[in-house]
Amino acid sequence: MRILVCMKQILDPDVPARDFRIDGRRNEAERASANLVANIFCENALETALQLRDASGGSVTALSFGTEEAEDVLRKALAMTADEAALVIRSDGPAPDALTVAKVLAAAARKLCDFDVVMVGRESGDWGVGQTGGLLAEELGLPMVALVDGAELADGGLTLRRQTGYGFDVVEAQAPVLVTITNCEGNVPRIPKTRDVMKAHRKPLTTWSVDELGVAADGKIAEVVELTVPEKHVTCEFVEGDSLDEKVDAFARRIADVMGALG
Amino acid sequence: MSNNVVICLFASSGYDRVGQGIAGAARVLAGQLGGALNAVIVGAPDEAMVSAVAAVADTVTFLDQPELADYQPELYLAALQQACKQLDPAAVLLGSDTASLELTARLAARLGGTPMSDGTALTVTEGAIRVTRSAYGGKAEAVFELKKSPAVVWLRARGFEPAEPTGGAASVERTIVELPELVPTRITDRHVEETEGISLEEAQVVVGGGRGIGGAGAFGQLKQLAEVMNAAVGASRAACDEGWVPPSAQIGQTGKKIAPELYLAIAISGAAQHVLGISDAKAVCAINNDPDAQIFRHSHFGIVEDYRKVIPPLIERLRDLTS
Repeated sequence: MRILVCMKQILDPDVPARDFRIDGRRNEAERASANLVANIFCENALETALQLRDASGGSVTALSFGTEEAEDVLRKALAMTADEAALVIRSDGPAPDALTVAKVLAAAARKLCDFDVVMVGRESGDWGVGQTGGLLAEELGLPMVALVDGAELADGGLTLRRQTGYGFDVVEAQAPVLVTITNCEGNVPRIPKTRDVMKAHRKPLTTWSVDELGVAADGKIAEVVELTVPEKHVTCEFVEGDSLDEKVDAFARRIADVMGALG
Repeated sequence: MSNNVVICLFASSGYDRVGQGIAGAARVLAGQLGGALNAVIVGAPDEAMVSAVAAVADTVTFLDQPELADYQPELYLAALQQACKQLDPAAVLLGSDTASLELTARLAARLGGTPMSDGTALTVTEGAIRVTRSAYGGKAEAVFELKKSPAVVWLRARGFEPAEPTGGAASVERTIVELPELVPTRITDRHVEETEGISLEEAQVVVGGGRGIGGAGAFGQLKQLAEVMNAAVGASRAACDEGWVPPSAQIGQTGKKIAPELYLAIAISGAAQHVLGISDAKAVCAINNDPDAQIFRHSHFGIVEDYRKVIPPLIERLRDLTS
């Protein structure tokens, strides 16, 4: 199986709310001192791909569309033992919309090779719109299965496990197919070994500019027109007491009040 | 293009709260656009569903070919694409179920429109449809203007008021669509997780546990507490990733979004991604041994203690107080 994993670099989503600011001119989060990290669902996708390759053979290619700094995400992917990587470099301007990203990723994927499986994270930890996977499937003319958390080789294709609101589905898919990946106990990203981190710097990493791929930019399909931090006015009343029992009693009474009102 | 709004419903779900929310949002949007509300039902709906939908929509189309009896992504996509093309709407609205999440982007691509997800409000400004949704893991709220028509949006549907009956009955039409004979993907097994007691979405009281719970066994204590409170048990992503509870119990940005009267967060730090899932809770309270935990910033009342010490006496006290 030749597996392509698309990966996005984002502003660290774990920046605490009190340090979160908005750049009003660009309608996006202020970079400030926040780190850039790999989107967690992209790393879940990479982990799922690596496990599939380790079990059944083949190769894993990591692809990103981002600024030059996104090379860090790909070097880490290589250190996690991806076989090769490619980066389509964009300028540090406002973030492109989902369709532009899908078109760029599709053009790069075609340039790399014919993949059997394309894996993408279900959504990103910044905007969280989660539409790139579906748009990419349509650009590449592939069927798609969303919210997958495990993949195994089956004759001629894959057996996928996907999460649903009620539990999970088992999906039989013929290759080539695109899947969006969500997190589960089984695809927590591995920590790269020191030896593999060293090796990662000698692995192939191809770079292209958007122009080199010949992707026509024909206007955005969506634009952020407002971005605000919602005001929250919740004051927490901490229950008090001289002993644990007194505190628990006060806490229980507050809960019972709310429950009493429910009837 | 018409000014109409299409809602995509699935016969297998019936006209549930999600469907009612989609219809409610669509009626308001159709009013702003000056168009009609067209309902499309995929699968074979029962009479109760058809009449309930016909009471709130202007037209109802159902697609009940045997191949569409159960959800299959490629078949449902082909069916919705054809049904929507015929109706030529300004907007297509879907719900927050797995199928809607899976189909929205591809349906938008095939209709030449703009996809958007997890909408919590819809507005029309100078003819353009705008969608409000959370961003940056719940730390911000964004308004997106959708530039290409139709707008294809899945909604956080339970947050929208149900549609009012029109007073009339919509025309109901059965449509046959062309379906591909060979499909490259097939759902072969639908595994329904056993939920003890009440579902997270329906529960009036929810107890949630986080990484601080420390293990699958310790979730048993939460279940005992939940029993006394007549509550459902959920968890943060961290607890699900540890495998202590199944992913279907996850509350947050990428899990369930719940709207109970009371949410009790136990050993949950309160990352924005989790808080996003409880933002519609009427009251929030928390047990955490860290007084600076983020969760207290979203709580109406709280107790700073190790949850292990609190739960056993809390169960006893609640038993006394509520009996």
